[in-house]
Amino acid sequence: MNVTVNGEPRELGDGATVASVVELLDVNPGARGVAVALDGEVVSRGRWADTPLSEGSMVEVVAAIGGG
Amino acid sequence: MRGVMSDPLRIADRELSSRLILGTGGFANHELLAQACRAAEAELCTVALRRLDPAARGSILDVLDEAGVSVLPNTAGCYTARDAVTTAQLAREAFETDWIKLEVIGDDRTLLPDAVELVAAAEELVDDGFTVLPYTTDDPVLARRLEDVGCVAVMPLGSPIGSGMGICNPYNLSIIIERAGVPVILDAGVGTASDAALAMELGCDAVLCASAISRAHDPVAMARAVALGVQAGRLAGGAGRIPRRRYAQASTPEEGVPAFDVQGLSQ
Repeated sequence: MNVTVNGEPRELGDGATVASVVELLDVNPGARGVAVALDGEVVSRGRWADTPLSEGSMVEVVAAIGGG
Repeated sequence: MRGVMSDPLRIADRELSSRLILGTGGFANHELLAQACRAAEAELCTVALRRLDPAARGSILDVLDEAGVSVLPNTAGCYTARDAVTTAQLAREAFETDWIKLEVIGDDRTLLPDAVELVAAAEELVDDGFTVLPYTTDDPVLARRLEDVGCVAVMPLGSPIGSGMGICNPYNLSIIIERAGVPVILDAGVGTASDAALAMELGCDAVLCASAISRAHDPVAMARAVALGVQAGRLAGGAGRIPRRRYAQASTPEEGVPAFDVQGLSQ
């Protein structure tokens, strides 16, 4: 299926979940300061593995940076 | 004197002994940030969220942990209440805190807050259980509206973010301080230590400082200077300044001045 991850088009296999995207970005699922929104809604870490993506899903994966 | 300096800052259910909140944006590297944290004696540091950069090495959270400070996530870069609320929810998930420094910007050149979106976002976040500290203009009415919707502090600007222009309207800031029932934290505009001192003299409860420190020629020295400015201003504000007057008032007694000009001798 075709999804968008942090603004970039990506192709993922059937059955892909939020956890698949996190893995794709080479992020340790236990990494601190990381959060995910799927189609504008926050998906809590505990639900990454069982939240499926669908064709056209927009996924934002964010991490901590310095900021005022 | 001891009372003023050891009096902790109370925000919501938290007590902080440091009245300088350090913004972590703009540091050249993590090592410099860690040194500045120590020099500032900060207990609370702001952090932001951006799209994950797979090439980034080392998390800022580890640096802040090492320095022994807590994080205050912000919603920098949000232009609508909706985006700010989603960003705050992401921050709660990422940082495991319901504290949020709420920023909703209305214009990309001035980075001034959008009052309408700001109040809407604050209200929604308070309802959602967040502990909200909003970045606001120096408008006393807007500050009151933010307090009314349940914000635990207000964070008026001295001047635009990163401008280093100091406190452009100390009169408005004073009105906010006089009327606020929650802590007032000067946010944005500090250019150097004296600006932070002035904020505290006026009666601010704390100062948030980012660019003035991170972009100084020597960020670690400036972190120390701003921390001392905050302490000096707090002490001076509590000490009670003398009134301003247009004419001089001698500090040396005028009584008992000896007379040397004996008539006739000096001519």
